[in-house]
Amino acid sequence: MNILGLWNYWIVIALMMIGLYILIARENLVKKVMGLNIFQVSVIMFWVSIAKVRGGTAPIVPEGGGDVLYSNPLPHVLMLTAIVVGVATTGLGLALIVRIYEAYGSIEEDQIREMDRAEE
Amino acid sequence: MNPEEAIGLSVMLPLLGALGIALVGRYPNLREAVTLVTAGAVFATVLNLVPSVMAGARPGLEVFQVLPGLTLAFEVEPLGMLYALVASGLWIPTALYSIGYCRGHDEENQTRFFACFALAIFAALGIAFARNLFTLFLFYEVLTLSTYPLVTHYGNDEARRAGRTYLGILLTTSVLFLLLAIIWTWHLTGTLEFSPGGILAGRVDGPLVAILLGLYAFGTGKAALMPFHRWLPAAMVAPTPVSALLHAVAIVKAGVFTVLKVIVYVFGIDFLSETGGSVWLMYVASFTMIAASVIALTKDNLKARLAYSTIGQLAYIVLGGALATMDGVFGSGMHIAMHAMGKITLFFCAGAIFVATHKKNVSEMDGLGRTMPFTLSAFFLGSISIIGLPPTGGAWSKWYLALGAAEGHHAFFIAVLMVSSLLSIGYLMPIVGRAFFLPSPEKEQAQPGGRAGFWAGIQEAPLLCVFPPCLTAVGCVLLFFYAPAILELLQTMSLER
Amino acid sequence: MIEHLPALQTVLPLLAAPVCVLLRRAALVRVFAALVTWSCLAIAFSLLQEVLRNGAVSYELGGWAPPLGIEYRIDVLNAYVLVLVATMASVVIAFPLAGRELRIPKERFFLFYALFLLCLAGLLGITITGDLFNIFVFLEISSLSAYALIGLGRDRRALTAAFSYLAMGTVGGAFILIGIGLVYQMTGTLNIVDLGQRLPPVLGTRTVWMAFAFLVVGTSIKLAAFPLHQWLPNAYTYAPSVVSAFLSATATKVAYYVLVRLLFTVFGFAFVFERVQLTALLLPLSLIAMVVGSLAAIYQTDIKRLLAYSSIAQIGYMTLGLSLANLDGLTGGLVHLFNHGLIKGGLFLVVACALSRVESPRIESLRGMGKRMPWTMAAFVVGGLGLIGIPGTVGFVSKWYLVLGALDKGLYFVAFMILASSLLAVIYVWRVVEVMYFSDEEQAVERHDAPLSMLLPTWVLIGATIYFGFDTELTAGVAEKAAAYLLGGAS
Repeated sequence: MNILGLWNYWIVIALMMIGLYILIARENLVKKVMGLNIFQVSVIMFWVSIAKVRGGTAPIVPEGGGDVLYSNPLPHVLMLTAIVVGVATTGLGLALIVRIYEAYGSIEEDQIREMDRAEE
Repeated sequence: MNPEEAIGLSVMLPLLGALGIALVGRYPNLREAVTLVTAGAVFATVLNLVPSVMAGARPGLEVFQVLPGLTLAFEVEPLGMLYALVASGLWIPTALYSIGYCRGHDEENQTRFFACFALAIFAALGIAFARNLFTLFLFYEVLTLSTYPLVTHYGNDEARRAGRTYLGILLTTSVLFLLLAIIWTWHLTGTLEFSPGGILAGRVDGPLVAILLGLYAFGTGKAALMPFHRWLPAAMVAPTPVSALLHAVAIVKAGVFTVLKVIVYVFGIDFLSETGGSVWLMYVASFTMIAASVIALTKDNLKARLAYSTIGQLAYIVLGGALATMDGVFGSGMHIAMHAMGKITLFFCAGAIFVATHKKNVSEMDGLGRTMPFTLSAFFLGSISIIGLPPTGGAWSKWYLALGAAEGHHAFFIAVLMVSSLLSIGYLMPIVGRAFFLPSPEKEQAQPGGRAGFWAGIQEAPLLCVFPPCLTAVGCVLLFFYAPAILELLQTMSLER
Repeated sequence: MIEHLPALQTVLPLLAAPVCVLLRRAALVRVFAALVTWSCLAIAFSLLQEVLRNGAVSYELGGWAPPLGIEYRIDVLNAYVLVLVATMASVVIAFPLAGRELRIPKERFFLFYALFLLCLAGLLGITITGDLFNIFVFLEISSLSAYALIGLGRDRRALTAAFSYLAMGTVGGAFILIGIGLVYQMTGTLNIVDLGQRLPPVLGTRTVWMAFAFLVVGTSIKLAAFPLHQWLPNAYTYAPSVVSAFLSATATKVAYYVLVRLLFTVFGFAFVFERVQLTALLLPLSLIAMVVGSLAAIYQTDIKRLLAYSSIAQIGYMTLGLSLANLDGLTGGLVHLFNHGLIKGGLFLVVACALSRVESPRIESLRGMGKRMPWTMAAFVVGGLGLIGIPGTVGFVSKWYLVLGALDKGLYFVAFMILASSLLAVIYVWRVVEVMYFSDEEQAVERHDAPLSMLLPTWVLIGATIYFGFDTELTAGVAEKAAAYLLGGAS
């Protein structure tokens, strides 16, 4: 179990950091939603990767019965739900952005902030 | 009426009165009638309780359990009985006076004024009859909040500032110190019930006693111990009846009553005198007494002078408690009544002078004794009582306070009491002297169609403003003769466990 | 029927939401949504009764036995939270919607009710379920509908507020998901009770520490615990007042419940407070929240923002109670959960009442309203007294327990700070009171109070803050039972 042996975690961490960075550093709201997506994907990857059992196959009982080494199916199922949640979040986020564009005429956060300040 | 019903009734009546006042607010005569009837009924109900308390009974009434062990409950004991008598008794002349004053001045928001006044009495009676610290604290805060609209009655910037000081100091001290002390007490003892001989003995020791006492004494901002006294002069912007309520009827008396009650029933005087936890409080009280009197000497505004006089007089009561001797406590208890009667007279007079002549400052009162002889005579009697000379009630309470100091071997504080009395002569007597012996700066005008003899030149305030101070001035004298009865009531108090 | 109550608790509002969309007619939908919400309240109360009488209720969803199947498990703690959520929802749903506060026209009000019911379903689901992943799913259901509800605010800044809440909330949700994944990795179970038993042998591992960190931070974002509170002020300020009332009284409270559940049932007292020493982190942060939140509230010019910052301070009280981790402290935290829900819900409804007559939620625009809207403004005063913690209001009960908890631990400074920060509350409440009751202009004002249909729900909540200040059987009584149950043999 050396550091590189846990490469799936490295991928997850890298993806997560990319997502978070985009979310924080970008002013464009659509890009922020993208960042959020990448962030969520990293979590989903993490769950799916921990379900893998080395040498395991799909959890289907072979014809005629008998034991089979299979990967844990539960995380996959859970992640279906998580993906749905992610899609819903993205949808809602984009819908809000459409509204924001209608209201402000911009989807750049710094410009919006500027407009809010001017209003006050 | 059995005593339990009397307790419930005397607390609830002012509340109902407040509701009634609010309901019939549109009809001034009816509204005032409600106030007076309620005041009379409350006093009668409270009086009804006296015989059984004198006989040693401690009627109680448990209303509600709020938290396990924490109840909203009432119990009448001698100190509370006395305070309830003062608050409800003085409500009657104050109500009469308020009617005269408000009508004389065409005050706005009179309904709010009378309703809040009744609420304040409700809270005062709740404090008086509280069986435990929780109930006391609850009504203490109700009293603070119900008097806020009275203090800010005029609704202008000055009133708003005064209201801020008033609420700021009273809430800050009560929430920060008093509540902390109460919860701490509960934490230490598991009870908040007032019980003879105290509940803290054996639970705390060392400097903690003094700290806890400090939290209680300063937490009771209404007792106006320096440095938390600023609210009292600030509240002077309110109409004079409110000042009477603050200084005599309910508010400051609620403060010193709380301090006294805590000393007697939470700490226990034996415990305090053994540990010496209250010695520092004697010095603070003495300082307040002298400092407030000296400040009073410098004030030209009559009401401000009286306000500082109150601060000094309250310190007598705190001192009496802090002495932790039996006579000290008796003296303090009596002083609650004596000072109330004296100070209410003085404030009524100040208000009457203001209504009649619009004069606020002592320096303008030369020769006023000739135009307002009744008011100024009443003022004279009130002053005598505050100073503590016979034949007024004030003499007794001072006597017992001095006795208490002697009993505790605190000769120093006897001296302080004497100096303070001298100072009070210094700030009160010149007013009377000016009024009666100096010539009026204004030329005497012959009354058109003038009255002859004694009545010539008399221009008193309206009857409802003059009658109450005369009544309470007579009260001051009567208290001199009834003091033994008060003492007898107080002596039924059980101070030992 | 009776044994299926736990399932109905969430399924009822969940299924009712699409029905709202089908019904469409605003008046009809309103009545329907109200009926659904009130039946949820009835269910919550009967569950609480049941739990108090017979102990914890376990319900196997779909008949699959736990720990494999999803279990709904109701003990004193979540029955109590269910009652809070359902109560607040029942009052808020009765409050008439004000067109001037919403960006949708009257003919589309049904969308509001659909979202409201979804949010309610999510909040009730989080509370009732005994499965960690299920908590995540319901958390997202409630959060997504909350973002949309906030976005309904008239002011265009509501949209940006909703968006930044969405960004932060999603990150919080993802953190929770990671934490769940890590504990699942170590134990192979998602059932909360089961986790509580399987975690102890592996508590020392770094994975569990990581899981702990992710879960605590994730829920703290949803809870708006200081310093993860940035989404809250804007969200509450620009959301329609009714929504602010509902969310402030329920959403953060449910997140608090999740945090309590995680700390005490999943990770256990010994791990959280003895090994990790969470108190050392949570206690100072709570104190800062109390002071900074109140100070910020003092300087606000917008009444809704003032209440929002006050909420941050009040959440500080709750987490403070949690960090004390003794019976009185935890009781204080839990009872404040209920009490603050009542107060803040009531106060936001007061704002909603005021906004029916006043143009803007700026404090200045309330000048002299004490005479024009006596009932509304009186409600504000009473609610404000509750925030301050005057005896006879619910705030006092909370503070009583919190101070006792602090004294119990010998933390005199903390006890002092709790009381000192309630003085800051005096300042921000009284600033508004002065504006309302002292007006300079001497014109004769006409009485023009909010309609009775608005005043009634408002006064139900405000009245409750007084009522529960005296009768603490339902609040402090149950909270104390829950706290004792959580602490178990730990202390």
